[in-house]
Amino acid sequence: MKILIRSNFDLLLEALRKNNYKTIGPTVRDGAIVYDEINSTSDLPIGWTDKQDAGNYRLEKRNDDALFGYVVGPQSWKKFLNPPVYKLWQADKRGHNFEIIPEKIEETKYAFIGVRPCELNAIFIQDKVFTSGEYVNKNYKLRRDNAFIVAVNCVESGGTCFCVSMNTGPKAEKGFDISLTEIVKDGHHNFLIETGSEKGEKILSEIPHRTAVQNEIDSGNELINNAAATMGRVLDTSNIKNLLLNNLDHPQWDKVAERCLSCANCTMVCPTCFCTTIEDTTDLTGEHAERWQKWDSCFTIDFSYIHGGSIRNSVKSRYRQWMTHKLATWHDQFGSSGCVGCGRCITWCPVGIDITEEVRAIKESSK
Amino acid sequence: MNPMIPNPYIIQKVKKETQDVFTVELIPAEGEQKFSFGAGQFNMLYIFGTGEVPISISGDPNKSDVLIHTTRTVGTVTKAMSKLKTGDTIGVRGPYGSTWPVKEAIGNDVVIIAGGIGLAPLRTVIYEILRERESYGRIAILYGTRTPEDILFKRELEKLKSRLDLDVQVTVDRAARGWNGNVGVVTTLIPRARFDPKNTTAMICGPEIMMKYSISELMKSGLSAEKIFLSMERNMKCGVGFCGHCQYGPEFICKDGPVFSYKKIKHLFGKREI
Repeated sequence: MKILIRSNFDLLLEALRKNNYKTIGPTVRDGAIVYDEINSTSDLPIGWTDKQDAGNYRLEKRNDDALFGYVVGPQSWKKFLNPPVYKLWQADKRGHNFEIIPEKIEETKYAFIGVRPCELNAIFIQDKVFTSGEYVNKNYKLRRDNAFIVAVNCVESGGTCFCVSMNTGPKAEKGFDISLTEIVKDGHHNFLIETGSEKGEKILSEIPHRTAVQNEIDSGNELINNAAATMGRVLDTSNIKNLLLNNLDHPQWDKVAERCLSCANCTMVCPTCFCTTIEDTTDLTGEHAERWQKWDSCFTIDFSYIHGGSIRNSVKSRYRQWMTHKLATWHDQFGSSGCVGCGRCITWCPVGIDITEEVRAIKESSK
Repeated sequence: MNPMIPNPYIIQKVKKETQDVFTVELIPAEGEQKFSFGAGQFNMLYIFGTGEVPISISGDPNKSDVLIHTTRTVGTVTKAMSKLKTGDTIGVRGPYGSTWPVKEAIGNDVVIIAGGIGLAPLRTVIYEILRERESYGRIAILYGTRTPEDILFKRELEKLKSRLDLDVQVTVDRAARGWNGNVGVVTTLIPRARFDPKNTTAMICGPEIMMKYSISELMKSGLSAEKIFLSMERNMKCGVGFCGHCQYGPEFICKDGPVFSYKKIKHLFGKREI
């Protein structure tokens, strides 16, 4: 285990840029911590933290100058790996016929700075969706293969976090190129640094670092253990698949539907939700057409439309689809839960619906 | 090959089947490639500037030089498609999805039950089993539609009806002057069909409510759930399991279906708004 001192953090970003990576990381904008291109450490949310609860998110000043002293914001890395809107192809009319011209895939190399362990697991889950089947989403795969991941272990937990329940954190175990644990203690501000790949080792070799002493390693572990012990939420996942699938007619679905606005916020902020729609457009001449792919949500009424009407007309059925997919049928489809316990769906729900509470309500009443 | 890019096909022929059903015959615009598919599979068909829809293939799986789709005009895309003419281009992605158990049914009696446009995807099965008629036991084709005017593939059905080795029954919901045939829902034909329930494969395609009652009638006759197959329909955008729209419980209709054994989806089938 190595140590990177805070004053050398910019050198990590520089090394990544020198290796042709576009550095993407957390930054404060519009009262939230969002992910965007960062050029130096000063773009990071220095000294900020986020207070989260059901339907509630506020930034607050910290007592220290931690770079990663927050949990997760409304955005996740899917914004870059599977962009919210992108053009698949265009077509031009040639008399009775037309020619389809595929959109060139952008060869951007992203370095993601500050990937939380839950988010890293969300990326593994989307890998399965887009790259493990008979067909491969080539755009996703290219971006993913090119990406460099700097994971940051959680040393504090948020009010809506439950990664411990989902076994996805608070420490990144694999799949990163570099992982960091930020330690701000006794006047020192350092990062414990671990490499997880050859790419990671190469970058580390290009920046000044030293070997960590036992005391520092212990501090890091203690902080991570503390984050694990103070999770804001708990989700009991025992037998959860059968619990939900055996209760498709449970009255709790009606209850939650009374509150749910079917706004789709939960699906937009969820780091694993992958549904998309396509939009076919033409210009005014009618000679030029395009196909765009856009994020979609199972909460919209159009989502399940077939001739004659929508399959899932009621809000109840749409909430049930989302939650049973996330926590139950995802296991059948992709061999794991579709939930990583990041808590975003709870925080960003305008009426504060809490997935952990909904599961509990069904569980307790069906004993 | 990128599964999201449609391949251009030229319309060789458009045929009006009934007042709102038509068939298009397509050949690849480029190259000499054959289009091979299995009975029950579908394609995503793109109409320039209008949109894309999943449509079952209705042609003979053993004739790979021409691609045949039969569809009803129900929405914007199918309406635009119905206006296309010989020489126009359609974008094709596919074939996608699972197939009818034509091979597995060898040695069995076969009951084919179609409702309305559901006959189109099942026509692929009829072609397949008639090619090897002697490999199957008794074959019943039970078809129900709205009115005599809505009878699809009328001349083909008449030909099939005249064969002694097939039991072809047609019924309509509402009769009209000159109709001497059956009146009533397709399920009323099931008790009249002759098959050995212990050794029969059933294949059903039509509205869900029609499939539901057909299944219960078949099970009443003694068929087991694993020998009953049906073709499901849901909204689809990609056809390859990425867009999430066609989910039906754990199944993706586009890649795990559209053809399922009833046994596999029994726990969901008939449940509202799944």
